[in-house]
Amino acid sequence: MNRIDKCFEELKAAGKKALVTFITAGDPDMDTTVKTALEMFDKGADIIELGVPFSDPIAEGVTIQKSSLRSLKGGTTLDKIFGAVDDIRAKTDKPLILMMYLNTIFVYGTERFFSLCREKGVDGVIVPDMPYEEREEILPYAQKYGVHNINLVSPASHDRIKRIAADSDGFLYCVSSNGVTGVRSEFRTDFDEFFGLVRENAKCPCCVGFGISSPEQAKKMSAYCDGVIVGSAIVRIMEANGVNSPKPVGEFVKSLKDAME
Amino acid sequence: MNKVGRFGEFGGQYVPETVMNAVHELEEAYDKYKDDPDFKAELTDLYVNYANRPSMLYFAKHMTEDLGGAKVYIKREDLNHTGAHKINNVLGQILLAKRMSKKRIIAETGAGQHGVATATVCALMGLECCVYMGEEDTKRQSLNVYRMELLGAKVVPVSSGTSTLKDAINEAMRDWCTNIENTFYCIGSVMGPHPYPEMVRDFQKIIGEEIKSQMLEREGKLPDCVVACVGGGSNAMGAFYDFIPDKSVRLVGAEAAGRGINTADTAATLSCGSVGIFHGMKSIFLQDKFGQIAPVYSISAGLDYPGIGPEHANLWKTGRADYVAVTDEEAVSAFEYLSRTEGIIPAIESAHAVAAAMKIAPEMGKDQTIVINLSGRGDKDVYSVARYRGHNIENS
Repeated sequence: MNRIDKCFEELKAAGKKALVTFITAGDPDMDTTVKTALEMFDKGADIIELGVPFSDPIAEGVTIQKSSLRSLKGGTTLDKIFGAVDDIRAKTDKPLILMMYLNTIFVYGTERFFSLCREKGVDGVIVPDMPYEEREEILPYAQKYGVHNINLVSPASHDRIKRIAADSDGFLYCVSSNGVTGVRSEFRTDFDEFFGLVRENAKCPCCVGFGISSPEQAKKMSAYCDGVIVGSAIVRIMEANGVNSPKPVGEFVKSLKDAME
Repeated sequence: MNKVGRFGEFGGQYVPETVMNAVHELEEAYDKYKDDPDFKAELTDLYVNYANRPSMLYFAKHMTEDLGGAKVYIKREDLNHTGAHKINNVLGQILLAKRMSKKRIIAETGAGQHGVATATVCALMGLECCVYMGEEDTKRQSLNVYRMELLGAKVVPVSSGTSTLKDAINEAMRDWCTNIENTFYCIGSVMGPHPYPEMVRDFQKIIGEEIKSQMLEREGKLPDCVVACVGGGSNAMGAFYDFIPDKSVRLVGAEAAGRGINTADTAATLSCGSVGIFHGMKSIFLQDKFGQIAPVYSISAGLDYPGIGPEHANLWKTGRADYVAVTDEEAVSAFEYLSRTEGIIPAIESAHAVAAAMKIAPEMGKDQTIVINLSGRGDKDVYSVARYRGHNIENS
């Protein structure tokens, strides 16, 4: 069974919501990535997304753009990220997801990539520049190697939500509001309407992300679905603390988890 | 594989979910209006009475004599209003945006020609206009920045990445994701997600249609060769498209080699690139073995792009069109050559096509003809060419 599915089953049985956290792999270096990921799991993260840095991340706000650039300048490659996955897997069996742009999969070789995901223990991928209609680019290989392709929906998806929600694996990534990743002070989305449509059609758990940056927001948003995703707020802590990030990130993750209990 | 908007294996719609509905809306609107008599009449009226179409086809007598081969004709897209072919596409897209009730227009620009054209048509139509431009390009093309501001547009310098055209596109896409409900993205070339490559080509194909009828009138036959410069590829696609079924017509695209295709300082996508998926399309890109998009370089801000439109990628792969790489030095020499032989100062982008033609024409027979698509005028490039030649005219 895929670790993501197992994770949500256990959370559901316990009546809990998932905390999904994101860091950019290789920012500031791979050693810190491994330590921070393990610390996040230890302090309450249920699933971790490792961002594979891309030169031109069109779906990211400034925080993750800058983080991607720092990582690439440090020489991060997909091979080195698989190395970090090995190191994390040696210590934990919790779900790991790679968040990455389609070109980094395509150029690496789609089948080679997914076979390595299975071998190393990557449970899912999120590809923000691959819409539902182009999923055949990776889906046959993702399925062959048992890796979930996590679909995204956003408030601008409107009538598309039905189709996409009904045909998703792992979990459905619900984008909180139109725009790119990054901290938001307020949300303009009508959440009752958006999540109403999502819940009505989804056959898998739903998590909400983009702009969630405080324990209060995490608590509030988790009421609408099965989990919350926090990225830029953690990347900002890493930007400020560099190699000393594991401790402050762990504390922040704990504050998020506590608020959601 | 999704077959929508494909040219062979190239094309597609690789964009974030948030903009997919907008892409579909655009597709529907374009399908609805492209053959609509009122839409076509309004566009034709603007082409003729606002943009100065049809553009002239000029017989370059001195160049023909000097090169000693084929008769050289020059398609004068530089004489269009705003000084380049870009206006053809912008008029079409903005008319569409108005019919879609969009109030805010965004665009990216490299050399500034597409930005100026967009700012111009937005001024004409009373629409809000925001143009993203790489910070590096705002310096190279400060004249065009001021022109856009004069026309009432907001110019946003983009300092992420390499601060050039691709980064301006990244930022325009981020804006589009954020303001999707009221904003129309007016893409300047035959690139991006479907329907842009097809739609922009359709708005530019008038160039080739005019060349064909003008050549039939002047020479009583089709040209033997059509040459155009290629960045994203909109002027070339416009010049080539009507000739694709005419197999006797050789189609040649001139891409920017920068300091040479054997150096890292190049923008010659087809000479040095590989298949990838970026900016909404599967096409050919300059990138490393992990799919990171490469920094590119050319003296020409308009050709300084690491990819090429998907239809060009297919014309290249199927061998229907040839693509040659032209260096900065060759382009600057051609810029000077055309200025002196014919009294026409070409855009540095178009000078790449002139340079390619200067190599091809002498190898052709005197009974043959070659048409250079002169996509834009060169006033904007005088400073940078002077700088390239070691003259400082900015403080004089």
